[in-house]
Amino acid sequence: MNEQASILIIAIPLLVSVLNIPIGLLKRSLCYPLTVFTTLSCVYLSFVIADTVINTGNISYHVGGWEPPWGIEVAIDHLNAYMLVIISFVSFVVSIYAKNSIEKELLPDRIIYFYTIYLLLVTGLLGILVTGDLFNLFVFLEIASLAGYALVAIGEDKAPLATFNYIIMGTIGACFYLLGVGYLYIVTGTLNIADLTRLLPALYHSKVVLAAFAFFVVGVAIKIALFPLHTWLPDAYTHAPSTVSAFVAATMTKVGAYVMIRVMFTVFEPNFTLNALPTTEILGWVASAAMIFGCIMALAQTDLKRMLAYILVAEVGYIVMGVSVGNRAGFTGSVLHILNDSFMMVSLFFVAGAIMYKEGHRNIKNLSNLHKKMPVTMGCFIIAAISMVGVPPTAGFFSKWYLIHGAINAQKWFFVAFLLLSSLMVAAAFFRIIQNIFFQPSESHTTHEEPVRDEVPCSMLLPIVVMSISLLVIGFFSGQIIDSLIQHAVPKGF
Amino acid sequence: MDTITSITPIIVISTSLVATFLIFFTGERSKNLRETWTILASLIKFAFVVSMLPAVLDGKIIEFTLISIAPGLTIAFRVDALGIFFAILASFLWIVTSFYSIGYMRSMNEHAQTRYFCCFAIALSATMGVAMSGNMFTTFLFYEIITLCTYPLVAHKQTPEALQGARRYITYLLGTSIAFQLTAVFLTYTAAGTLDFSNQGLLNNARESGVSDIFLTIIFVLYMAGIAKAAIMPFHSWLPAAMVAPTPVSALLHAVAVVKTGVFVVVKVVLHVFGVNLLTELGLGTALAYTASFTIIVASVIALKQDNLKRRLAYSTVSQLSYVILGVALLTPSAIAGSIMHIVLHAFGKITLFFTAGAIYVAAHKTEISQLDGIGKKMPFTMAAFTLGALSMIGIPPLGGFISKWYIGIGSLEANQLPIILVLVGSTILNACYFLPIVYAAFFKEAKHDDNHGHGHSHSHSKHGLEEAPAIMVIPLVLTAIGAVALFFLPSVFLDLARMVVISATGGN
Repeated sequence: MNEQASILIIAIPLLVSVLNIPIGLLKRSLCYPLTVFTTLSCVYLSFVIADTVINTGNISYHVGGWEPPWGIEVAIDHLNAYMLVIISFVSFVVSIYAKNSIEKELLPDRIIYFYTIYLLLVTGLLGILVTGDLFNLFVFLEIASLAGYALVAIGEDKAPLATFNYIIMGTIGACFYLLGVGYLYIVTGTLNIADLTRLLPALYHSKVVLAAFAFFVVGVAIKIALFPLHTWLPDAYTHAPSTVSAFVAATMTKVGAYVMIRVMFTVFEPNFTLNALPTTEILGWVASAAMIFGCIMALAQTDLKRMLAYILVAEVGYIVMGVSVGNRAGFTGSVLHILNDSFMMVSLFFVAGAIMYKEGHRNIKNLSNLHKKMPVTMGCFIIAAISMVGVPPTAGFFSKWYLIHGAINAQKWFFVAFLLLSSLMVAAAFFRIIQNIFFQPSESHTTHEEPVRDEVPCSMLLPIVVMSISLLVIGFFSGQIIDSLIQHAVPKGF
Repeated sequence: MDTITSITPIIVISTSLVATFLIFFTGERSKNLRETWTILASLIKFAFVVSMLPAVLDGKIIEFTLISIAPGLTIAFRVDALGIFFAILASFLWIVTSFYSIGYMRSMNEHAQTRYFCCFAIALSATMGVAMSGNMFTTFLFYEIITLCTYPLVAHKQTPEALQGARRYITYLLGTSIAFQLTAVFLTYTAAGTLDFSNQGLLNNARESGVSDIFLTIIFVLYMAGIAKAAIMPFHSWLPAAMVAPTPVSALLHAVAVVKTGVFVVVKVVLHVFGVNLLTELGLGTALAYTASFTIIVASVIALKQDNLKRRLAYSTVSQLSYVILGVALLTPSAIAGSIMHIVLHAFGKITLFFTAGAIYVAAHKTEISQLDGIGKKMPFTMAAFTLGALSMIGIPPLGGFISKWYIGIGSLEANQLPIILVLVGSTILNACYFLPIVYAAFFKEAKHDDNHGHGHSHSHSKHGLEEAPAIMVIPLVLTAIGAVALFFLPSVFLDLARMVVISATGGN
């Protein structure tokens, strides 16, 4: 069972996503419980996998019984297991949240297909994580991306245009990635990651390998919206349905970061990545620029979702910066930040969705007295915002702690300064909103009665509360998460 | 040194956190019940703090580790003489402030009182957390919590002016702490490999292990810039801006929680992070002492020009806080003792002054000093308390303020810093210049016949009779004024604690 869990975790959502259409056409209301149940089973399987990895070591499952490198291998170590838990948990929580939000924002006949594509996206993301094969990874990356385009496109009026942008950039990224895979296949004749790790060191002098590496890095950088290749992200994530924004913001860039880490430190040796080309040096500076640029743009926005999207651009910078400094603390910080940022993004986009649900807009200048209408939601918003700023004891602080340590250990003082500066700007961005919500007197002078308490439905409120409480819980258990999973994922030689 | 493991620090902190929930859920439904929670929590908290006193006076240290999150990131408590000193002060003044707040908020019919009392309680929890923290991480954690939970207090009135003041408040405090203090914490961890406080200073051995002097100097400067709550110039301007808050909040900011936390953390950094020896070797104490002297004089001069009573008090606070920093920066036993004593003596004096400012506002709706002519006849108790508070600030015996100035003066002689004596004398004269005219005007000038506040009815009987604020406000301010006097005659417990701090910090001289 434990072995099969690693393939079931993609087989189940894939199967259900197809079944969803006939079932939904018979009885539309069945789609929602089916989706929730599917993602719940993914959560269960991911825990089984993580438990297996922690207790008995890495999992290698040969699909169809064919031995790698000829057959397809599902290879899971601590890093995959960690990512699997994050992604499946987020997809479960988002699927609970989806129902009311989607019914409010989408046309009724699209709801069945929403669930179908949503599960397809989950499949793609989990597939990227479990596979031990570079080409398979590309296939799943495309499944996830195509599903992502579709989900974004069903959003607001401007969504199709944003999606068009997204498709073009995303396809370029995928092409670059595929070119990298092709080049490696030319020189090694294999696509299996473990096999490549074994064969590549002898070929590090080859120009083809260097070119492949460059293609990989740029391709993935587009997929994770690393500044200045981020241009597709703010539009796409602003105009997508709230549920979709929450899910893609929390998962797509994180899985992309996972791919980047895999390629840089598993397919290629850390030694090569850090020394052969000035890649990490460049990535570090680009990431710093992303941190600053994302925050400045976030400060300039009046649309809540757009602001969050720009903050996401900055957060991607954090993750890449941590990886680029090339030491244990920085890497730990990056990997921990993948978890934290994914949870923070879900919480914040959930709140944005809740505001959309009740108020029908998301202009941050027009939020006054919301805390009286939606006290629980706004309380959760504050927790998530504080975590985003990085105030202890929320989760956000601990990953920043490791990131900054990594930068200090690497003597990259500029990165330290940029990290702190961007924290300050994030603080400014969020306090602006908090002040508007809590302290700005209402502009409508016509009604002076107290706003009535009016929270979003339970199926939306519960996920919001769970996610923001988990931000506190994760904060306190950061040490344990690092001890049991992340420290084993740190590449050798760090 | 003996250490005891005890859960009391947790109880002390959680008392007012529990109260926060009770206050929140009681809400506006039953105001009396809500206020009961505040009072009960303040009394219980004080009792628990005092219960730790005998052990600390015996030379023991009470420790408790709450949770160890990751290496270097431990939430731990360590109650030593310095910690209990501050904890007693803050928890005692909370009791007084609670009564006063209730009186003020009800008289003024302020809105959002539940929020106000909730934030108040959290602020006190966090202050206790800073007082009893066992490492720099815990200190930073609670320092930030204080900033965040006092923001709603400063913004309480929600007018554009209040929001602007509050924005400046949070920008300065949160900005400097993230930009500078957090960096300093990181660098400290890098240099020393630990963040746990020690009596000799946790960086004491850093030099031997190859950390350069420049690196240590940078850390020190970052700390001083990062602790904006201590209002060292040029990081002081949030304090006058925060005067838009209701007066009990100003009292909380100035005497109980915020600025006292700032100077307490400065003392902590000087004594327990760097240590007297290291700072003497680096010569950083003297630099800090002269920065503080600059702040003392300049802030006093600015205070002279303020007509708004609360703003004058605010600048006075800026200058008085630097006394604490000056004392500890001189790094000699007497100066350190004087600096620690000044924390408590200034607290009693300044809380009295703010209480009187609030009482004047409630009873007579006056905020400017030029309006206070003859008010002493209408509010004799209030103005008598004001006089005592002012005299204590100036440092005239037999008032508490004299003790700390005396010790700091002796300390500057010990450190061979004669110019510091001039600073002390100069600032005493300036203090007298900005406080005594108020006292003179209140008691000896005739009241002007102005009706610019629309209180026509008060005009009719302004010639005779008392017009004091409610008793629940006057009694606390009289008590704190008496406290300011009593501390001159009976400073024993506080002085003992201060001596213990000095002995442990200077290695038993």
